[in-house]
Amino acid sequence: MTLRIMAIDIQKIRGQFPTLVDASRRPYVFLDTAASSLTPRPVIEAMGRFYTDFRANVHRGMYTDSLRATEAYEAARSKVAGFIGAEAEEIVFTRGATESLNVAARGLAEGLGPGDEVVITIMEHHANLIPWQQLADRSGFTLRFLPLGEDFRLDMEAARQTIGPRTKVVAFMAVSNVLGTVNPTEELIALAKAQGAATVIDVAQAAGHLPLDVTSWDCDFLALSGHKMYGPTGIGILYGKRPRLEAMEPQTFGGDMILEVTKERSTWNRIPWKFEAGTPHIAGAIGLAAAIGFVEEIGIEEVVRAEERLAAHALERLQSVPGLRLYGPAGGVRGGALSFAVDDIHPHDMADLLSKQGICVRGGHHCAMPLMRELGIVGTTRASLGIYNTEQDIEDLIQAIHEAKRIFG
Amino acid sequence: MSDDTNRHQVGSQELYRQNILDHNRHPRNKRRMEDASVTHRELNFSCGDDIELFVRTEGNRVADASFDGHGCAISQAAVSMLTEHVHGRGIDELENLTDEEMGQLLGVEVGPARRTCAMLGLEALRQALKKLREDI
Repeated sequence: MTLRIMAIDIQKIRGQFPTLVDASRRPYVFLDTAASSLTPRPVIEAMGRFYTDFRANVHRGMYTDSLRATEAYEAARSKVAGFIGAEAEEIVFTRGATESLNVAARGLAEGLGPGDEVVITIMEHHANLIPWQQLADRSGFTLRFLPLGEDFRLDMEAARQTIGPRTKVVAFMAVSNVLGTVNPTEELIALAKAQGAATVIDVAQAAGHLPLDVTSWDCDFLALSGHKMYGPTGIGILYGKRPRLEAMEPQTFGGDMILEVTKERSTWNRIPWKFEAGTPHIAGAIGLAAAIGFVEEIGIEEVVRAEERLAAHALERLQSVPGLRLYGPAGGVRGGALSFAVDDIHPHDMADLLSKQGICVRGGHHCAMPLMRELGIVGTTRASLGIYNTEQDIEDLIQAIHEAKRIFG
Repeated sequence: MSDDTNRHQVGSQELYRQNILDHNRHPRNKRRMEDASVTHRELNFSCGDDIELFVRTEGNRVADASFDGHGCAISQAAVSMLTEHVHGRGIDELENLTDEEMGQLLGVEVGPARRTCAMLGLEALRQALKKLREDI
């Protein structure tokens, strides 16, 4: 650790989150960002302004408020595009990463059949597993899983053997929501491209925590949720490389996504609008753009540094608890998800006992049941970090774990 | 930021009373039953709780009840208590056992987050008795 003054003023950051400054809630230690982050005031206010200042539908309205709403909505799209290194027309607004992954999977599965293979990893969130499972049943392609290797990281030797001439799609999470493992995104994309396979990256856990750049990654699709990166719930994006989106058929039909409709047939609007049927989540898009602004103001490099430092500290402190088993990389580059088990205390009991001491964590399978089965457990207790977390939060967590141990004796 | 004294007072865990912890640590009637009249397995996927309830009847009474499985302390203690409670009771009576009565057996207030855990054993009993009824 270099000796330098941290550029981030965590207390100032915490001051922007209403629940963190509310003294009446204490004790209150929020360690569940991997499930959904807290929302800072600038995001809440940006969304509020849509409802109070220019509440109108987007597109085709001739009056000022509608034009302003359209402008804000499309500016949000550009903001997201800039954030991930894409062009605005490559950004499709969705309800979240889950919807994005479903749309990408359905689009890609169109051309797949028996003999083709889709490769995912054993650590995928159900959102990047069940769509492929369902589509494999219907289309007859084979779903293959990359296993874990050492230290809860992907077995890259197995990846090199599994990704082959039959592979048509490689879809994986950039960062695990359970293990905190940061997957070797560039290496996996290179393996996929060498076989001409399409790539889908789930960055739900990476966005707002690590830099994202679809241009240097050269991936085909990317799925992101707003609510895990300080934005509102109900908004996310699907990034698709322009030719990919142009080739893909829309899956939801209705207003706004068409060019011309007759009694017999319809033609589609240009990308990205052909994928956005119906009135979109305008406030959500505006909120997501504000969340990106919030992260950019701190600086993503500073965010990475602060979270890495806190994660390293948390790992050290957790490992000092007797009887605690960690499920995730014990060191090195990793995300802020810290999964653990203590003695034989069931994860739901642990999460409940922590909650009664004001510590907000999550216990269970974290929407990754095949991973749990692979690890031979029913679930873990998971604490996860955000930009507002401090060493004091970790101390409170550790004390609360000791208290839970004491109760269970 | 936080007050440790206060935290540990909040930490006097109402739900995790000695009685519940004792049943979790030393579950009563935790054994498989070879001569059960009826068995039922009940799962709680959100928690990973998994219990199998065994009931042996004599006439219209429960002569013996036992369980096997694993799960959180609340689910395990609840089903353990339930196997003791049903012993010797009439099937008619047990068919009408309510969630509230199950709560009274546990002796603590169960919040919505843990309700499924607390009621898992009761649900298994209800399903088992239903099977029994259908067999007759």
